[in-house]
Amino acid sequence: MLSQRTIESFVGLFLLAAIMALLLLAFKVSGLTSFFKPAGYDVSASFDDIGQLKVRSPVKVGGVLVGEVSSIVLDPSTFKAVVTLHINSRFNEIPDDSSAGILTAGLLGDNYVAITPMYSQTFLKNGSEFQETHSAMILEKLIGQLIYKLSNSSDKATASTSSTEKPAENTTASSENKTEKPKATIAPVSGTPKLEKPKTEVTLHENN
Amino acid sequence: MMTHITALGRWGIDTLEQLGKAGLLLFRVIFRVPNVKKGLPLTLQQVYAEGVLSLLIIVVSGLFIGMVVALQGYHTLAKFGAAQQLGPLVALSVTRELGPVVTALLFAGRAGSAVTAEIGLMKATEQLSSMEMMAVDPLQRVISPRLWGGFFSMPLLTMIFNTVAIYGAYLVGVKWLGLDAGAFWSNMQTSVDFHADVINGILKSIVFGLVVIWIAVFQGYEATPTSAGIAGATTRSVVYSSLAILGLDFVLTAMMIGGW
Repeated sequence: MLSQRTIESFVGLFLLAAIMALLLLAFKVSGLTSFFKPAGYDVSASFDDIGQLKVRSPVKVGGVLVGEVSSIVLDPSTFKAVVTLHINSRFNEIPDDSSAGILTAGLLGDNYVAITPMYSQTFLKNGSEFQETHSAMILEKLIGQLIYKLSNSSDKATASTSSTEKPAENTTASSENKTEKPKATIAPVSGTPKLEKPKTEVTLHENN
Repeated sequence: MMTHITALGRWGIDTLEQLGKAGLLLFRVIFRVPNVKKGLPLTLQQVYAEGVLSLLIIVVSGLFIGMVVALQGYHTLAKFGAAQQLGPLVALSVTRELGPVVTALLFAGRAGSAVTAEIGLMKATEQLSSMEMMAVDPLQRVISPRLWGGFFSMPLLTMIFNTVAIYGAYLVGVKWLGLDAGAFWSNMQTSVDFHADVINGILKSIVFGLVVIWIAVFQGYEATPTSAGIAGATTRSVVYSSLAILGLDFVLTAMMIGGW
C-alpha cells in the first residue's frame, strides 16, 4: 500500500493533467479566445431575409473577421429581421454609408455578414444602422427564378410569343432581382441552349 | 398460470424494492454532513484507485480511438474531396459522444467492477458488520469515499480521453496522411463550440460517472454474501452500468440538442 502522501501527489498530478486537458480542449480545440465579449460597438442592419445566419456568425470586411452577430430579432411592424452586429473596437473607422450583405462561405457553407466599405468621412458608431443591405441569396428562390425564366423562354422558342406576355415577365424580373442583377442576366443565356439540346436528342431517338 | 402471474408480481415488487434501496443508499451518502478531516484522505485514496489507476486504459484507448476515427473519416471524406474537414469530424464526435460514452464504459469495466467486488467481499467476510459493531458507520467509512471518488474521477478521465483522442487524430491525419496542420486546427476551432460541445460532453460524463459508481456501490452493498453472489453482483454491476450509460446517452443527447 502506498503512503497517503504518495497517493495524494498522484491525485494532484491527475488533477493537473485533467486541467491541462480541459485548457487544451478550450483553447486549441474549440478556439475559445476569451470568456468575455471583446470591447466593441453594436450596429444594426435590417434584412428582408437572413437565410441561415445565426447568432455568433462572423462579420467580415474584405474577408477579414471584424466582429460577430450578437442578436437576431424580427421587427414586428416591418417584418424585417433586425441583426445586431458586435464589431471589435479596433475597427472603428468603418464609413457610415457602407452596405451590409449576407453571403455564403463556399457553395454550401455557413452564412456570414460582409460589410462593403464606402467613402463617407463619418464612421459607424454604437447604435448606428446600415442604410443599404443585401439579403441572403436563397438557393431555392434562385432555382425557382431560373425555372420560371426557362419555361418562359421555351414558350418563346416554341410558339411565337404574344405581346401581352412580354411586359409581364419584365416587371417580375425587375422587381425580384434588385440585388441579384448579374444572376438575372446570366440565367436566360445559359438556360436556352440547355433546354433545346435534349429536344434534339429526343427526336433523334424517335427516328432510330 | 397463477404461479406465473405470482412470479411476475414478485419480480415487479423485488425490482421496485431494489430501486428504493438504491435510492435510499444514494440519499444517505449524499445528504449527510461531510466529515472533511476523515473523509477527504479516504476519498483521495479512492480517486487514486478509481481514477489514477484507470489512466493507462483511458489514455491508450483514447489514442487508438482517435487514430481509428481519423483514419476512417479521412478515407470517407476524401471521397467527397472534403478531407480538410477531418478536424471538425474527429473533434465533434469525440467531445460530444465518444469521449463521455467510451470513458464511462471503460470506467464501468475497470473501476466499477473493482468497487463492486471489493464491497461485496467486505460484506461476505463480514467486515461491514464488524465495522457497525465498532460503531463505525460503513456508509461513511466505505461507501461514501468510493462514491465521491468515482464521481470526481469520471469527468477528469473524460477530459484526458478527449484530448488524447484528438491528438491521436492529429497524429494520423497530419503526421501520417499529410493533411495541413493549420487547416486541421482552424477548421476544428471554427466548428467546435466550447459550451455546446465541450461543456455538454463533460456534463454527460458527470452524469455517467454518478450513475456508474452508484450502480457499482449498490450492487456491492446488496450482494449475496457468497462467492457466487459476488460474481453475480460484479457482472450485474458492469451490465447495468453499460445499459444505463447507453440509454442515458440518448436521453441526454436529445435534451442537449433540444436545448433543454
